[in-house]
Amino acid sequence: MMKAYIRSAASISPQNTFNHSGFLNEIVEYQTNRLNSIEPDYNEIIDPKQIRRMSRIIKMSIAAAFTCLKDAGVTNPDAIITGTAYGCLEDTGTFLANTIEYEEEPIAPTAFVQSTHNTIGAQIALLLKCHQYNNTFVSGGASFENALQDAMMFLAEQYSSNVLVGGMDEITDASHTVLSRMGLYKRNPISNIDLFKSQSKGTINGEGSAFFLLSNTPSKSDLACLDGVGTFYKPADLNETEQQIKAFLSAHLIDLADIDLIITGNNGDKKTDAVYYDLQQNIFKNMASVTYKNLCGEYPTSSAFALWLAANMIKSNNVPSVLNQTGDIKSTSKILIYNHYQNIYHSLILLSSC
Amino acid sequence: MSTAVFVAGLGVISAIGNNVAECVDALKSGKAGISKISHLKTNHSETLPAAEVKLSNAELASITGFSPSISRTAMLSMVSAKQALDDSGINTIPNLRTGFVSASTAGGIDKTENFAIPFLTDQSKGRLRDVLHHDSDSITTIVADQLGIKNHISTISTACSSSANAIMYGARLIKHNMLDAVIAGGVDALTRFSLNGFNALMILDEQYCKPFDENRKGLNLGEGAGYVVLVSERVAELLKKEAYCTLSGYYNANDAYHQTSTSPTGDGPFEAMQGALKMSCLQPTDIGYINLHGTGTQNNDSSEGAAIERLFRPSYPKMSSTKSFTGHTLGASAGIEAVFSTLAVQQGLIYPNLRLQTPIKQFSFAPETAFSKNTDIKHVLSNSFGFGGNCSSLIFSKI
Repeated sequence: MMKAYIRSAASISPQNTFNHSGFLNEIVEYQTNRLNSIEPDYNEIIDPKQIRRMSRIIKMSIAAAFTCLKDAGVTNPDAIITGTAYGCLEDTGTFLANTIEYEEEPIAPTAFVQSTHNTIGAQIALLLKCHQYNNTFVSGGASFENALQDAMMFLAEQYSSNVLVGGMDEITDASHTVLSRMGLYKRNPISNIDLFKSQSKGTINGEGSAFFLLSNTPSKSDLACLDGVGTFYKPADLNETEQQIKAFLSAHLIDLADIDLIITGNNGDKKTDAVYYDLQQNIFKNMASVTYKNLCGEYPTSSAFALWLAANMIKSNNVPSVLNQTGDIKSTSKILIYNHYQNIYHSLILLSSC
Repeated sequence: MSTAVFVAGLGVISAIGNNVAECVDALKSGKAGISKISHLKTNHSETLPAAEVKLSNAELASITGFSPSISRTAMLSMVSAKQALDDSGINTIPNLRTGFVSASTAGGIDKTENFAIPFLTDQSKGRLRDVLHHDSDSITTIVADQLGIKNHISTISTACSSSANAIMYGARLIKHNMLDAVIAGGVDALTRFSLNGFNALMILDEQYCKPFDENRKGLNLGEGAGYVVLVSERVAELLKKEAYCTLSGYYNANDAYHQTSTSPTGDGPFEAMQGALKMSCLQPTDIGYINLHGTGTQNNDSSEGAAIERLFRPSYPKMSSTKSFTGHTLGASAGIEAVFSTLAVQQGLIYPNLRLQTPIKQFSFAPETAFSKNTDIKHVLSNSFGFGGNCSSLIFSKI
């Protein structure tokens, strides 16, 4: 499949990634297992009349999407594709609670209307008056990867010359409580800086919204080339994981020796990180790698943050020191992102300098 | 990039039948599946009719092999997807790359509702297993696991057009040679969340819905699942049974008018239909039957009708809304209607639009009110439009 050019990228995350000069010069520290996004002043980006009605995930995503378009110099994209595992959780929770509290008596429909998973893509289309292709993937830990795949297929079909694609998820009080009860997060407060120091049970919760403008034609200001995206599902063992990674790379006519840097999705949980450590003892041995979830926490669409990171590393030829590094990083020309979410969906995203 | 994608298998469960044959019988005999709500526990059961699948969770559990405590959504998906897989015969061909692309709007929220009642008063309460399948993806994956599908699994959610986009995405994965076969469609169970949401919007008819009637009062919600098995040309040739039809065209557009209502001029619906026709290299006069989105709300039917008039005037194809039988099954509707559309084009069936008394006066066309068979249909257009302006049309063509 033909490659795509990343013309711009915008990320709202628990770090200073949005409208911020410099590239992760310092880490924002959290002494908690819940990392919320640092939100911008939305009044500068979205019509204040619209902001009042929008939930946090909608505001974060519209702001990231609009900034991404502005940076790319695109006013109306040829497609809008989003990936979100949980969608508009806050509005879903609000409407569900109201239905129960008022014992199914008629209530205001606003939260219901904004609870559907396609609300973000739809709101972007509505605000831009964009009549083009519009799709939303809700594939758990592969939601963003599916959206990217759809975007790349579209560019290859030449229906469009540019696609706005984003991945987003939000934490709500209820979701944090429920997922904590399920045992996903560390029980004792931990600094995100120390996430990888003690291999204990659980990770830290994160959130964010990242958008990308992909094009099928190069421009002078491209951040990086997106060579391919792939996913695989519930690998039986290390051997299958290795085979899947090798097959993905050979489909893109390269092998691991060609990769300068691997970004892996370690999240500090002893059990699920074992997958990464096993690979580091085997096919990833002696390869330079960085991990990123000490910055953004763990969430199903965190690979969108990783893509933002990779694209900026390629453009700046700089690996921020806030990233947890292993091995000697000689170059950032070819980067492979390998992530898995709870060992269900595994994903691979390959980028190179243009 | 290969060009043809074939429909090789069908599966459906809805209020009018638990499989393809039962649904077709009901469509032929004009028997709607709408009635008083009996399976869903809701305060609206006496006042708001709906089109429920006529099986309890316990009965669905025994058919699917799932635990009766699992989301009804998962069970409906499993019943229908398994039928489609078995019908296609693709499991007789070794080493196929098979995917599962499913769609849903509400996922396992039927169970989240049970969880939320104790949880809202005490956050340490509520059984966690009731919220485990809240998200639509976990419904997709438990069904995929049960079906033994691993090569590609994805879930799409674009409100009421969800499963049309799942079918479209499945077809594109085949065209890009990433898969050989895809089970594509969608599912939604009737839930208090959706019922109260649509009630809050005041677009539910307290009587049986009357799509495309001048005096329509709104929609009735339904539930169910519908899947088609899409295969590449190479796989279609390997199968013993001839494929039903081809998926010759599709198009996804956004109305970009309002979060919940469609533009009066039907811009999104018009672009979706026109785009699908263009992809199929067809003229409007080539379409023999339109399976309408036809929810029965004032807004949808006048908007969809306006778009049809713009595109087809003066010679209209036959058309009807099978939601007059199945209710509006939300994320499942385009999957269920893809099954009906496939049979329509394969067998020349035209389904009646039930309870139509006075066709909408502003339009110069009227939906069919009687069932007919052996008609000379070569191409069927199926429309699905949703919240957020998501409009998608599919075209099924005779082989």
